[in-house]
Amino acid sequence: MPVPERMEFFIDPGRCIGCQACVQACSECDTHKGQSMIHLEFVHRAYTTQTVPVVCMHCDSPTCAEVCPADAIKKTGDGVVQTARKPRCIACNNCVLACPFGVPKMNTEAELMMKCDMCYDRTSEGKKPMCATVCPSQALFYGTREEIEAIRPRSAPTHAFRFGGQTVTTKVGMMLPRRREAEYLDVTAAMHEEGRGKAILLNMLEE
Amino acid sequence: MAKTPRTELEIIEQFGPHLARATGIRAETGAQPDALVKTHCCFCGQQCGIQLKVKDNEIIGFEPWTDFPFNKGMLCPKGVKRYLQNGHPDRLLTAIERDPNSRGGFRPMKYEDAIRRVAGEIERIQREYGPDAFALLSGASLTTEKCYLMGKFARMCLKTANIDYNGRLCMVSAGAGNKKAFGIDRSGNPWSDMANTEVVWVSGSNVAECSPITTNYLWQAREQGAKIIIVDPRLTPIARTCDLFLPVKPGRDIALFNGILHLMIENDWLDHDFIENYTVGFEDVAAHVAQWTPRHTAEVTGIAERAIREAAEMWGPAKSSFLLHARGMEHHTHGVQNVLGAINMVLASGRIGRPGCGYGTIVGQANGQGGREHGQKCDQLPGWRDITNPEHRAYVAGVWGMDEKEMPGPGVDAYEIFRKVEKGEIQGLLSICFNPKVSLPDSHFIERMLDKLEFYVAIDFFLNDSARHADVVLPGSLQEEDEGTVTQVEGRVIKINKAVDCPGEARQDWVIIQDIARALGREKGFTFREPREIWDELRIASKGGVADYSGISYEKIEAQMGVFWPCPSEEHPGTPRLFEKGSWNPVAKGAGPFYFPDGRARFNVAAYSPPAEDVDADYPTILTTGRVVSHFLSGTQTRRIGPLVDQYPEPRVEIHPRLAETLGITDGDWTTVRSRRGEITLRAMVVRTIRPDTVFVPYHWAGRKSINRLTIAAQDPISKIPEYKVCAVRVEKAAGPPDYAAELEPQQ
Repeated sequence: MPVPERMEFFIDPGRCIGCQACVQACSECDTHKGQSMIHLEFVHRAYTTQTVPVVCMHCDSPTCAEVCPADAIKKTGDGVVQTARKPRCIACNNCVLACPFGVPKMNTEAELMMKCDMCYDRTSEGKKPMCATVCPSQALFYGTREEIEAIRPRSAPTHAFRFGGQTVTTKVGMMLPRRREAEYLDVTAAMHEEGRGKAILLNMLEE
Repeated sequence: MAKTPRTELEIIEQFGPHLARATGIRAETGAQPDALVKTHCCFCGQQCGIQLKVKDNEIIGFEPWTDFPFNKGMLCPKGVKRYLQNGHPDRLLTAIERDPNSRGGFRPMKYEDAIRRVAGEIERIQREYGPDAFALLSGASLTTEKCYLMGKFARMCLKTANIDYNGRLCMVSAGAGNKKAFGIDRSGNPWSDMANTEVVWVSGSNVAECSPITTNYLWQAREQGAKIIIVDPRLTPIARTCDLFLPVKPGRDIALFNGILHLMIENDWLDHDFIENYTVGFEDVAAHVAQWTPRHTAEVTGIAERAIREAAEMWGPAKSSFLLHARGMEHHTHGVQNVLGAINMVLASGRIGRPGCGYGTIVGQANGQGGREHGQKCDQLPGWRDITNPEHRAYVAGVWGMDEKEMPGPGVDAYEIFRKVEKGEIQGLLSICFNPKVSLPDSHFIERMLDKLEFYVAIDFFLNDSARHADVVLPGSLQEEDEGTVTQVEGRVIKINKAVDCPGEARQDWVIIQDIARALGREKGFTFREPREIWDELRIASKGGVADYSGISYEKIEAQMGVFWPCPSEEHPGTPRLFEKGSWNPVAKGAGPFYFPDGRARFNVAAYSPPAEDVDADYPTILTTGRVVSHFLSGTQTRRIGPLVDQYPEPRVEIHPRLAETLGITDGDWTTVRSRRGEITLRAMVVRTIRPDTVFVPYHWAGRKSINRLTIAAQDPISKIPEYKVCAVRVEKAAGPPDYAAELEPQQ
């Protein structure tokens, strides 16, 4: 059974708390036990607790597949880009180097590129992907567009990303605040003393 | 004579902590479980619903339980990997007793012999020194059935006054403050009330790491328009994107609450009708906070005056609000005063007891709520009854079938138990679900006291760091090896279901306690055949008390996916929201919604006082402690789970670059932190997300990595909670790596 078209995956880094429940749960998935396909990155820990969960964006024209010399990376009819086909993958690392989101991982032991397949074994059975099920902040969300629009009025998904001259469109949506600029906060800026850090924006999320 | 055997390395080699990882069937693709058991996580007070995959009496993984209403399938990394504690190589499979000639210092012994020896030592110590010379330390990660049984075992079987529990380090400030202000100790509202509120105020709670599932409730409130205010000395992951962050100087929360109330009064952001008709004591509090001008508040709290004003502007005029607090403001010598200050702010607003208007304390342990209600506290009997109240004593003695005159009076708190060991008044100790050597402050003292005991028996599933000092260790049960109830953060009573049997000679904890009672020849009242029988007696024992569980059956819990207490009859559906206008309770009897005879809530003057040990020239920096997301409490379980250790292997000292620069410390440097009680050398983590006058170290590690060797044993005079969140230290760059760096694995 294909993944229902109305079910979509959204990432909202503004919600991420860096707990790594997604990373830990991914490695419990039945098709790749012991290996997590998610990257959880601290953006700049010295300055902020900001973290970003990186799952496969399932590009409309997947760069990983385009650069694969062995034609090992396939996209299903429902738009899910899969782990390399074992008989074809030559472990050349092209996909790992080329993916603009840094998603594929080379399993050197198995000589196989492995990546997030949106829990195809679960989503094709009507379940949510493991990471989006457990995510305590719901920074990883799986549901319909109507659902996310109803419960996330402050942000909107984007599906287009520009990397230099390349524009990539994706199946997975990235939630962006409707109006806001990034700020790094320094604790000292809100302290009762002469502030030395960058001034804190107290109402940083106020409309 | 209790003493740690041999070297640390030899004990670790024999008993761990070693790391469990998914191997064998747990790593197999397509492994089909025999059963999926719906139960709850074994760790924190959120008590997420989870399904455990069981095959051949082993837990091989998990499957989210998306129908459970609190977490809807969500889990933190601890919940995801909790299954790896089952079938662990460090598991105690037999009783062990101290033997200097055995490797690791212990030798296996037959379970029955161990029980006989324990009973014999209890009898001897009580005969020689009196009944109170044998003490019990219990824990709030046990099921409510076990907690109840421990209280009964102390009072009826051993007749010792000295029982206390590890909730003393956790929820007692919140509990005492709630009792003083509301007459009842429970979160006022279900978390679903947060969805429709204008302001959420979170004080002293690193929600993202300590109660991760609450995060989605906060974010969802925000999506629907709520402002989020976070009060914390550290810019935690939830503080990063809150609407207003107040970086309070550790130990000064009360000044902030008084300062906000001052501005509420000045701007008339008060619910006069509520104050007039539902509370008493406002005038005294109003007079007290007159001195807490924004300027004065800023000077004491270390928060910018404009931020304090902005907080009052968000909180004061709001039509609805939800206030949450946790250990960050409760682990203080004035923890109860902090709680009262927070409650004053809520009462003045009148925003409680309605949908979208609420108040909650975030419990730390699995059964942090239920474990503090039914009699394992030193001054308490089941149903939140008072052990000094003659009527309460008579009722419980009647349920137990004992003579009330034989029931001991109040004992002392968990820390005072060790001071009594020092004085020679306590000579014997039984601990269960408590690791005092890692958990208690100034732990060099605790270590010495464990060694001073004539006899120490520990019940645990792993050899925890305190149990290394024991004479006998009895092999207890993991959470998944027993059934029973716990009460989670909202006051919802839920059911833990048994997934697997105990391995080897390990026994369910309630069986062990009853076996000791039988070996003592005092088995009357300790002949329960299953947890359900304990539960049914507990329901009667709690009946008519404030924490009335009498209407909660196992079947009702399963049918309703949890029942909120109080639930005084079979027909009663439970009470998700407390303090609703017109509600009835057994204390007010209809006079009002709060649990006092006049039905009114109490304002309490919350006076500011500085921490017990303030900084000075010798120790110029504040040390504060707390948790990280992948570990739990003293780490007995999580430091044995490989993927959780990988996530946060060893403690680090968080330090602001401004302080680090003056000390010549850069990120990753070995750094020594010293207090008047001890020292520790850890790697520095230089981050702008902490106040420059404060350093932070998590407390989950033992021995040379244990920050509680430095913390202070000063306690709140009312709740007796230790002041983990503030003591004075000196920080300096270490000359080189500590000796443990070459000897120990990260988790050890």
